[in-house]
Amino acid sequence: MTDQEQPSLFAVVRDAIRSEDPLALATVVEGGVAGGKLVIRPDHEPLGSLGNEDLDRVVVRDALGELASGTSGIRHYGPNGEARQEDVSIFIESFAPPPQMLIFGAVDFTAALSRVAKVLGYRVTVCDARPVFATNQRFPHADEVVVDWPNRLLERVGADLGPRDAICVLTHDPKFDVPAVISALETNAGYLGAMGSRRTTDDRNKRLLDEGVTAAELERVMAPIGLDLGARTPEETAISIVGEIIALRSGRLAPSLRDSEGDIHRQ
Amino acid sequence: MREILSDLDRWQKQGKQVALARVVDIEGSGPRLPGAAMAVNEDGDVAGSVSGGCVEGAVVVEALQCIADRSRKIVTFGYSDDDAFAVGLTCGGTIHLYLEPLDW
Repeated sequence: MTDQEQPSLFAVVRDAIRSEDPLALATVVEGGVAGGKLVIRPDHEPLGSLGNEDLDRVVVRDALGELASGTSGIRHYGPNGEARQEDVSIFIESFAPPPQMLIFGAVDFTAALSRVAKVLGYRVTVCDARPVFATNQRFPHADEVVVDWPNRLLERVGADLGPRDAICVLTHDPKFDVPAVISALETNAGYLGAMGSRRTTDDRNKRLLDEGVTAAELERVMAPIGLDLGARTPEETAISIVGEIIALRSGRLAPSLRDSEGDIHRQ
Repeated sequence: MREILSDLDRWQKQGKQVALARVVDIEGSGPRLPGAAMAVNEDGDVAGSVSGGCVEGAVVVEALQCIADRSRKIVTFGYSDDDAFAVGLTCGGTIHLYLEPLDW
């Protein structure tokens, strides 16, 4: 390959963002080689350089960490990548693939939740074992509609789920949601919620405990799903669910800002 | 960055010079997280944003300077006080932007 055919670093970054492949871009913003760049992708050789091989090596390691958590920020190093020195400031920007939301149950609430989840940038999968209900026509906003049992889908994709991902069980039918919740508890998904009235929730909890789920595991399940907003329609309920996902991630109780104190954007 | 890619594609096809401004650090309350990006082309056309609209005008000026002299720099915007002409963030936070020509 000649130099002319070599894509620019920007082209590599752009294409990875478009195809949702994980990539981190490190840029020297202060000290060192002004504007020096390193493109880091899991399972690829890094491209470019920050101007020093040792610095490159340390930043590759740190960038893979930032990428795994989907965070971006400035880190400081010595000229050869030494820790606890501040000669060089590197901005590490993560382009992580979108977080995933799996929604079990092909109901009206699912259509509204998939639409709201797309606004927030989730890759949305709707799953229901009933082919009549689980159709692309009913869920045009979902990235994927899967006709299968929730626990079988989770056997295939559950291992890939992490803290940024969400599982919402909207079936409120014990036949489907008990095995779905049991399988979901085996994943590392950051959010697990199950829809249903308080009576349905109590009944489901009993069934889950009977199936061997521990009380500690049950603590992880947000049920009844959603914040106490007084939501009535599927759309309002969807907002209460994604509101709960945000609050759980940020560790807030979700009162109104007027009735709470402190910085609005806490680090 | 994702939301400005199509504008960047178009400007590159047109052979326009482009500067990229990215939020690299925030202190206190800041409207956008690190990574928020805004691009400015040589004609002063803008894609994306780096705040809630508080500092974008000043960023255009800085970005055009980057295009003109091929410079790279950190620009910091803080709290804007009573001076109506001062450029700053009304939210009380401080944002650090990194500006550079899109030449890589």
